[in-house]
Amino acid sequence: MNSVETKDVHLYYGDFHALKGITMAMRKNQVTAFIGPSGCGKSTYLRCFNRMNDLIDGVRIEGEILIDGVDIYKSSIQVDDLRKHVGMVFQKPNPFPKSIFENVAYGLRVNGTKDRQFIEERVERSLKQAALWDEVKDKLKKSAFELSGGQQQRLCIARALAIEPSVLLMDEPTSALDPLSTAKTEELIHELKENYTIVIVTHNMQQAGRVSDYTAFFYLGELVEYAKTKTLFTNPKDQRTQNYITGRFG
Amino acid sequence: MSFGNTPSAHRKKRLTQNIAFFIFRLLSFSVVAILVVILGFILVRGISVISWEFLSEAPREGMTEGGIFPAIVGTLCLVVGSMLFAFPIGILSGIYINEYAKDSWFKRFVKLMTNNLAGIPSIVFGLFGMALFVHQFGFGDSILAGSLTLGLLALPVVIRTTEEALKAIDNSFRIGSLALGATKWQTTRRVVLPMAFPNIITGLILSIGRVSGETAPILFTVAAYFLPKLPSSVFDQVMALPYHLYVISTSGTNIEASRAMAYGTAFVLIVIVLLANLLANWLRRYFGKKVKMN
Repeated sequence: MNSVETKDVHLYYGDFHALKGITMAMRKNQVTAFIGPSGCGKSTYLRCFNRMNDLIDGVRIEGEILIDGVDIYKSSIQVDDLRKHVGMVFQKPNPFPKSIFENVAYGLRVNGTKDRQFIEERVERSLKQAALWDEVKDKLKKSAFELSGGQQQRLCIARALAIEPSVLLMDEPTSALDPLSTAKTEELIHELKENYTIVIVTHNMQQAGRVSDYTAFFYLGELVEYAKTKTLFTNPKDQRTQNYITGRFG
Repeated sequence: MSFGNTPSAHRKKRLTQNIAFFIFRLLSFSVVAILVVILGFILVRGISVISWEFLSEAPREGMTEGGIFPAIVGTLCLVVGSMLFAFPIGILSGIYINEYAKDSWFKRFVKLMTNNLAGIPSIVFGLFGMALFVHQFGFGDSILAGSLTLGLLALPVVIRTTEEALKAIDNSFRIGSLALGATKWQTTRRVVLPMAFPNIITGLILSIGRVSGETAPILFTVAAYFLPKLPSSVFDQVMALPYHLYVISTSGTNIEASRAMAYGTAFVLIVIVLLANLLANWLRRYFGKKVKMN
């Protein structure tokens, strides 16, 4: 079953043609990795799925993007509803200057939840899902800024999970983390796919190999090759994919 | 020891650096020195007239005796009045410009106009206030007219302060909030404003300092030459510290005899402004700590 499906997606930054007709489908409860050199369009493509590109002036998008069967660019879609359904974790951990508890509760509060007990339960569950609970359960009232970088990133994951999205987008989630935190985060991604569809952009091919079920290789705004991760890395069909994964460019 | 540079080249570099830093240091100190001299000058000459009587009574004997209580009250009224007007409008405009307005000709136009407004001489604000508030709106010479005029003067400062404080907030916080399904308003209200708050409040208090010392805008709109009774409504005239200072130094009945009173008045005015600045500093640190915690 497909969770995210795009048909002939083109994206322009002003005159610059950044995505050139991308058609692909991402399976439910699987991890799909986007790889490719800097500027190939993989992050731009990812940000189409929760309409983060709307925030940039001069962006124009053509084509169709369906999430769980719904065209997310049709006019009846409320962007804040969509973003509740499609969570996102960013490259640099960006917790709010609030307590650990309030960081996780934030998404619930802005979406209208008032029931305190419900919020408390959900915060605990989300922190457990993000493998952070044991480290922070005694200091939930402390500022999120007191956590280490790796903990902050897991807090941001917990924050995204708290509103129960169906799809979780991760834009190079470990590029600002040390190796140990990276390993923890990767382990977490592995566990999360049971309940979520995960799309991850990564610069690190080993990471794509470790965490993903499917991998898509982007180059110059095009989707060059998309296959099962094992297949793509062991038996790439396109010469450009082969060159990239063998380190001949990028 | 040297790594290839000849000793003389080395010495020359050192010397140049030392001379440069000496000049920088000297100039920085001279700025401090100027402030200290001004404060000291006023303090030495003004402190002798500061007494409970000076602070709590109205002027007597052609303003050569008594105190400046009505002027203190008048200035406080004007500061509060102008801020009631300038803060809401200025802060909301600043939020609009930085958070909501798309980068269009309209936004650029509003910003340009705000900057131009800041560049208008305060006496022009005074004239405008007299024409509009005193005559056109029929408020007469009154606290209301004076406050509105001073408020207009403070407006660009408040807008700029708010704008700068918001601009300093990293965009990743906004994006993080929007990505959780928050609306732009929720993001502004719950994430951006609390973070910008310490800096906004500092700027606001500094603008209070500016407003409390202005003379020209109140000249034709509110300030009374001599009015020993306190105001009973916003349509009353009041005395104000800067104007009182001007009056007793230039056009009092006996300028020589009221000289000491003038320094005393200047002293009180400076103390009010300094207190405002100290308060601003304290609030910034207080809220700065608090923001991180909740």
